[in-house]
Amino acid sequence: MSTTLAERPAPSRTPTLPPAAPDRRALRFLTAGSVDDGKSTLIGRLLFDSRAILADQLDTLQARAGDAPIDLSLLTDGLEAEREQGITIDVAYRYFATRKRKFIIADAPGHEQYTRNMVTAAAGSDAAVVLVDITKLDLRTRPVALLPQTRRHTLLAQLLRVPGIVFAINKLDAVDDPAAAYVAVRDALETFAQQAGIEVAGIVPVSALRGDNVTRPLDVAWYRRPSLLQLLESLPAASEPASDALSMPVQYVARQARDDTAAADGGIGDQRRTIWGRIASGRVAPGDAVEVFPSGERAVVADVLLAGGAVDDAAAGQSVGLMLDRQLDVSRGDWITTPGSTRPTQRFEATLAWLDTEPAVVGRRYQVRHGNRWVQARIAAIESRLDIRTLASTSADSLAVNEIGKVVVETQQPLPLAPYSSNRVAGALIVVDPTTHRTSGALLVSD
Amino acid sequence: MNAPLSTRQLLPQIDHSHLDWLEEEAIFILRETAAAFERPALLFSGGKDSCVVLRLAEKAFKRRNSADRFEGRLPFPLLHVDTGHNFPEVIEFRDRRVAEMGERLVVGHLDDSIARGTVRLADPLESRNGHQTVALLEAIETNRFDVLIGGARRDEEKARAKERIFSHRDSFGQWLPKEQRPELWTLFNTRIRPGEHMRAFPISNWTELDVWLYIERERIPLPSLYYTHAREVVRRKGLLVPVTPVTPVRPGEAIERVDVRFRTVGDMTCTCPVESDAVDAAEVVAETLQVTISERGATRMDDRTSDSSMERRKKEGYF
Repeated sequence: MSTTLAERPAPSRTPTLPPAAPDRRALRFLTAGSVDDGKSTLIGRLLFDSRAILADQLDTLQARAGDAPIDLSLLTDGLEAEREQGITIDVAYRYFATRKRKFIIADAPGHEQYTRNMVTAAAGSDAAVVLVDITKLDLRTRPVALLPQTRRHTLLAQLLRVPGIVFAINKLDAVDDPAAAYVAVRDALETFAQQAGIEVAGIVPVSALRGDNVTRPLDVAWYRRPSLLQLLESLPAASEPASDALSMPVQYVARQARDDTAAADGGIGDQRRTIWGRIASGRVAPGDAVEVFPSGERAVVADVLLAGGAVDDAAAGQSVGLMLDRQLDVSRGDWITTPGSTRPTQRFEATLAWLDTEPAVVGRRYQVRHGNRWVQARIAAIESRLDIRTLASTSADSLAVNEIGKVVVETQQPLPLAPYSSNRVAGALIVVDPTTHRTSGALLVSD
Repeated sequence: MNAPLSTRQLLPQIDHSHLDWLEEEAIFILRETAAAFERPALLFSGGKDSCVVLRLAEKAFKRRNSADRFEGRLPFPLLHVDTGHNFPEVIEFRDRRVAEMGERLVVGHLDDSIARGTVRLADPLESRNGHQTVALLEAIETNRFDVLIGGARRDEEKARAKERIFSHRDSFGQWLPKEQRPELWTLFNTRIRPGEHMRAFPISNWTELDVWLYIERERIPLPSLYYTHAREVVRRKGLLVPVTPVTPVRPGEAIERVDVRFRTVGDMTCTCPVESDAVDAAEVVAETLQVTISERGATRMDDRTSDSSMERRKKEGYF
């Protein structure tokens, strides 16, 4: 510890990062549940047991609790209005780490009017923990009927292709026969998941209040599987396919003269440009032929940069800078692709999750963002509305806040779309109201 | 109290490769900011979080040469709001770093706002922290900045836990928590009207520990007061209050000379150090792993006033 910072050897740089190795990344997961499902308590429990709660925060809780036991749920209610009403209004992000992994919790409020926050939390998440409050279910019937919000939260997570869906059956401390109750609810969840085509990553019984099976594994005959935390530690982070053709939305074009290349360019005098973007699918290496969308111009990749320096190869999920062998007209919003791999379209079918209090208007011009490009678009038709409890489509000609439907969208310029099911970057768009600039909707391109 | 800390949780056994992931995300956000806005500025106070953001910006926009130095310039200036009550070491550090890097620094002086009459102090020695907002918004207006890049982290405080990565400010610079735009995937809604601006937070998803780990790994220079040094302090309400011209000793208080370091560095009137003998970032990391007081609770007098003080200040346009 006696060396100064300046005297230490430079940190060794890995020449090429391994492509999107899951262990290197944090796991983002959302928690969904209704007002009293114990979601805040569960998060409080994860933070508490992983020591992410600090003494002064505990003091604040202690002061509010008085003589009662500390209420872990209060840790997550950040805004004044939330504390006044005892509810969660907005997505809150929480952090904790174990020896194996860093975790980011997107805490999504569960009441119906705030579905847009659930969609927000789900859009960037690798996993979803859906809370099932066992005390709210009628355990005398078989099969056990699930609550509508359990179905809704799960289907929303499924719709947004959150890869790891986990059910946490909570409040097992409050039922007489936890073993029988767990089995009955697990069966109901499995049936529901099967019907909805959902691959479930796990069904975990917990008591957030007592901490059972959250971080401390249960030691009972009827459950010998991982605790919730062990399960989360093992889930892969979401990634886009590295095996497909290259597609990279151009984020930023840097014009920087480099002393060493000025001479190598034979004194042409033009500045070498670096085209930065995060690869949406495929890989790229020096020598690869690429095509620019929409111009169709082609070039060969001369250099691939990661932050700081050149690399031999990069893959989906990494932000790279490409230097091409010739000057092309490339700007933000364009795409760099494998030649011939894009199928641009101006009219497409998509699932629209409407998030704005002003309903969606057929024919009105909106701004949509796809990749890094903003274009004008209009909803040509609303085909149906999705009943989120049953997944059934009903005919509809309007979509209001928190509603989800199938729509046909027309854009003013062609876009290189991909189905959302195959690529979360090329298959997603946001809809922005041109007057209020509010983010009004999320579009997921259909298969 | 907290669950017991196992010794296995200490430094050498932890896998810190998540820093690469955090770095990648932050660089992505920085490039997004430079590309989507006309007139960005990076808030640089000399504080550790802004030093981390500055290093990330160098990685996002510059190239490392064979001597391991960054070449090129950032595509935006740096901005500091000087309350006039900053620690002299920090101002000296700020100016030295800016000169070394060859970047442009814009300074908004709170004293100018006071001279203009847009800020009125009830007491010449009161905390100037809250008043920074006025000087900040004046600097935004004067320079027509449309986005400010800041080093705020969501783990700092409960109100910040809800903030978006691109956080909209209305024409009065106010944050309206209930009007926040949903932020989906990385399709950031960067649209603003004239007179409005955005705040961009590239290290939203970092924790205090992540910041220190990164400082250690990247050997990021920091002002000396982040590491242990002897300082004259008085003990007040459980805090160590540094004795400075603007925080004089009160009757009945005894001055002590204590080995301390600062965990956050802000206005002298509201920033307190903690006892520490950490001489470098690695030792700070070790201390951070064992710490039982959250960053703002230990060191910021202004956040102790109520459970909602940060939220109120943020709504008014604070960082």
